[in-house]
Amino acid sequence: MRIFNATELTDVVSRLCIEANRSLTGDVRNCIETCRQCEPWPIAQGVLDRIIENYNLADQNQMPICQDTGVACVFVEIGREVYIEGDLEAAVNAGVKKGYDEGYLRKSVVGDPLQRKNTGDNTPAMLYIDFVPGDKVTVTVAPKGFGSENMSQLRMLRPSDGVEGVVDFVLSVVEQAGPNPCPPIVVGIGLGGTFDKAALLAKKALLRPLDTAHPDPFYAELEARLLKEINALGIGPQGFGGQTTALSVAIEHLPTHIAGLPCAVNLNCHVARHATEVL
Amino acid sequence: MEHRITLPLTREKAAKLSSGDTVLLTGVIYTARDAAHKRIIEMLDRGEALPFDVEDAVIYYVGPTPAKPGQALGSAGPTTSYRMDAYAPRLLDLGLRGMIGKGQRGVEVVEAMKRNGSVYFGAIGGAGALLGSQVKKAEVIAFADLGAEAVHRLEVENFPLSVVIDSKGANLYASGRQAYLDSLK
Repeated sequence: MRIFNATELTDVVSRLCIEANRSLTGDVRNCIETCRQCEPWPIAQGVLDRIIENYNLADQNQMPICQDTGVACVFVEIGREVYIEGDLEAAVNAGVKKGYDEGYLRKSVVGDPLQRKNTGDNTPAMLYIDFVPGDKVTVTVAPKGFGSENMSQLRMLRPSDGVEGVVDFVLSVVEQAGPNPCPPIVVGIGLGGTFDKAALLAKKALLRPLDTAHPDPFYAELEARLLKEINALGIGPQGFGGQTTALSVAIEHLPTHIAGLPCAVNLNCHVARHATEVL
Repeated sequence: MEHRITLPLTREKAAKLSSGDTVLLTGVIYTARDAAHKRIIEMLDRGEALPFDVEDAVIYYVGPTPAKPGQALGSAGPTTSYRMDAYAPRLLDLGLRGMIGKGQRGVEVVEAMKRNGSVYFGAIGGAGALLGSQVKKAEVIAFADLGAEAVHRLEVENFPLSVVIDSKGANLYASGRQAYLDSLK
């Protein structure tokens, strides 16, 4: 058994909050640059150029790419051979507080959804814990902006709705979102499980590298079809028209009940942020 | 068409802007988003004077990141505008001439814009670093306790915008998309 002191997570989470907000991973950058090359519509080309210029400026000036530095979604994968000593949740929240303070990131969390007083330090994190094989601890911080989060939807489809029902629902979510979630967007889809698990799958789908398709050809094909149909809608970057409405579509799925087909669609903006460290 | 506009945005200047035009805006604008709008409307309900003169003003829907040492402001891209739709018509009827944000507006807002000759500008969502660097000076003038949601007075220079909805109600989100789809036929 490997003993891992929870307090070690604080500095790691702090660093990842700052890194994720300032620099995008290579897959996101490559994807948007490829989309720029393929984009035939002049106004859309102009918007994509500004978006790329903004990534470069944030990198160069070490400042947040987007002012909505999000709620900190923190995913911790704990190897089964690891024993965590101490308060993991407290250590993660201390890391968020430190990172958002030292990184000059915006504090965007209110302590209560109706009484709405800002907590002042961007805590608490949205913490997700999974147990995995091995003796490592993997931490991913994915700051999530709410322009796109607010445009996400979940529907309990009927089994008879099938693939076509899923496609129709996903397209309707993207259509209703229009320019609001800062297209080009990343579309995370969670299928199956229960009401809550579908939403979690959709969020986790947003963590997949944009250049990686689902390993199952059935789902990989569905992802490709959805991307094509979304980009035929014509919404375009910022909603000003064009081909590049979405950068990528990722589906995650779980077994489900004989009576159900839960379908969650979690949208992300083009500032598709996440940073990971393996400890 | 590209315009260079110096604030304040009078009704005459606003009338020259058409949906789809690009604008480089220079002068003083004010920030306000969800919580600040709620307070502004409460102040109006109580008959109090607002923290800035709304007549011919432009409000930027933004909650910036804190400035690093040496910066006027941190990252400062637009937030989604529809959340301010409940408040905007009242401000437009007081002479608010421009709003900067991103995303669709409701019918009541567009009607109030047409009534008052006002314009809705789009800034590029997610381009916070780029837009923040166009801000030359920033100070909090009201509701400091709201943090990023406080009302800031910003001095901007050549702030890059698109006219999304003009004072006649023409909408770039509708026309731009249609023009692209038509180009494929």
